[in-house]
Amino acid sequence: MSEMIDYKSRLSDPASRKFETFSYLPALSEEQIRKQVEYIVSKGWNPAVEHTEPEYLMSNYWYMWKLPMFGETDVDRILAEAEACHKANPNNHVRLIGYDNFSQSQGTAMVIYRGKTV
Amino acid sequence: MAVKTYSAGVKEYRQTYWEPDYNVQDTDILACFKITPQPGVDREEAAAAVAAESSTGTWTTVWTDLLTDLDYYKGRAYHIEDVPGDDTCFYAFIAYPIDLFEEGSVVNVFTSLVGNVFGFKAIRALRLEDVRFPIAFVKTCGGPPYGIQAERDKLNKYGRALLGCTIKPKLGLSAKNYGRAVYECLRGGLDLTKDDENINSQPFMRWRQRFEFVMEAIHKAERETGERKGHYLNVTAPTPEEMYKRAEFAKELGAPIIMHDFLTGGFTANTGLANWCRNNGMLLHIHRAMHAVLDRNPHHGIHFRVLAKALRLSGGDHLHSGTVVGKLEGDREATLGWIDIMRESFIKEDRSRGIFFDQDWGSMPGVFPVASGGIHVWHMPALVAIFGDDACLQFGGGTLGHPWGNAAGAAANRVALEACVEARNEGIPIEKEGKAILTQAAKHSPELKIAMETWKEIKFEFDTVDKLDVAHK
Repeated sequence: MSEMIDYKSRLSDPASRKFETFSYLPALSEEQIRKQVEYIVSKGWNPAVEHTEPEYLMSNYWYMWKLPMFGETDVDRILAEAEACHKANPNNHVRLIGYDNFSQSQGTAMVIYRGKTV
Repeated sequence: MAVKTYSAGVKEYRQTYWEPDYNVQDTDILACFKITPQPGVDREEAAAAVAAESSTGTWTTVWTDLLTDLDYYKGRAYHIEDVPGDDTCFYAFIAYPIDLFEEGSVVNVFTSLVGNVFGFKAIRALRLEDVRFPIAFVKTCGGPPYGIQAERDKLNKYGRALLGCTIKPKLGLSAKNYGRAVYECLRGGLDLTKDDENINSQPFMRWRQRFEFVMEAIHKAERETGERKGHYLNVTAPTPEEMYKRAEFAKELGAPIIMHDFLTGGFTANTGLANWCRNNGMLLHIHRAMHAVLDRNPHHGIHFRVLAKALRLSGGDHLHSGTVVGKLEGDREATLGWIDIMRESFIKEDRSRGIFFDQDWGSMPGVFPVASGGIHVWHMPALVAIFGDDACLQFGGGTLGHPWGNAAGAAANRVALEACVEARNEGIPIEKEGKAILTQAAKHSPELKIAMETWKEIKFEFDTVDKLDVAHK
């Protein structure tokens, strides 16, 4: 059995803040992000992009990047919007959402560009 | 209309209550019973007897029968079927007119359907296998205070199952030490922790002290992780007055969710508490202590799919469902059947999953099934495959038993869950590739790596007691 490791999480350390689904995994690579976009499209969900300053991440309402891309199934166009949002807001968390209009909820939501926490 | 005359004495039940030509009404409540009759009692008579005793009938003719329109109010046995692979019993289908029951009263329905009839002498054993609640009745019930979608919105959890943990040891911790265990779980990455069902307000930890320390744990874990957290504060109490007092205090402290045991607490208490939760912005987690007394015997009692329907009508946002894979194992197909009953809007009749009737819930929200008991990180791929996202996966020993403690155990589970969800979204068959997925994820998570080494060998392989009825091959 290997040596016990302290669990590093601190109120005083902004890097301890998580941001829900996939925030306990290493940041997704470009290829991995593409596959998640393909998943959202395959479920028939409406992709959307939103972002926030990391210090305000607990708010329900992040800043919408334009409007949700209703009916958009072109993975490259969805990725391009996410990237554009990231370039315009390089220090912010950028979240990809799949809106499920039948359940009237979000089918999934994940941060695909991680903001600067320090 | 033909005039009936009074003739005292005992008639055969079938004369009044067996109607094989009956046209089932959309508004009827339908029940499927598995009947094991006493020797010498034929099927039609036994089925008619169950219909009579669970509706308008009594053992002898009474003159007051003639003061009512018995043909309108009586329950009717309308169909009989063999039980595959078991000649000792048969299925009887009974239709009850909706006006036999008070609107919105799960209590009233069950007082009739599983009342005196279960002790009836002409039958050796009796089991309520399924009930079809017509949409007309469903609409009179409150149902889950919030339901799956609204809970996701309140807790900001999307695209994955919720992760929970029951705090152990289940009895004996002081309130402050208990709060510590909660805090460690939540800061490590769990969404929710749970009071054990046995925890109410014992001398070692009174409820008010527990609520206060647990809320401090939640608030700190939320500020530390930036995620919404909760703990099911058990308000199950000796009296309804005491239950509401505890619920009010939980609200005062800002708790997002409370908990109730719906069978030991009773349907009346549960329905009242669900209404209170809806009116007070509170989620409601439901435990099911005593269910195995009712649902485990394949010949007698009430099947769990019926108890699950009762809870969805009475109200609850979470309900324990069994895991299929852990220490409380269930038949996989049957479990999938009642999971659908909890969370879907319309469920088709499907005998291969033990579902005897179409069930239309209309707009009534769904209930999160809770998989809890004997599960750990190695079970995660199967759990994600079986339950999908709309479930709450609760690892008790599988969190608290981690060699580095609760926070590390929680992180291990969270990493395992997210790795499985990511892989599933990519189209990878996660049950087959489970080991590779977890091994890859553990490269970035020492907590998961140790968890995988700790629990690799644990298996529970007892045979399921209550299997679906299928012919022996």
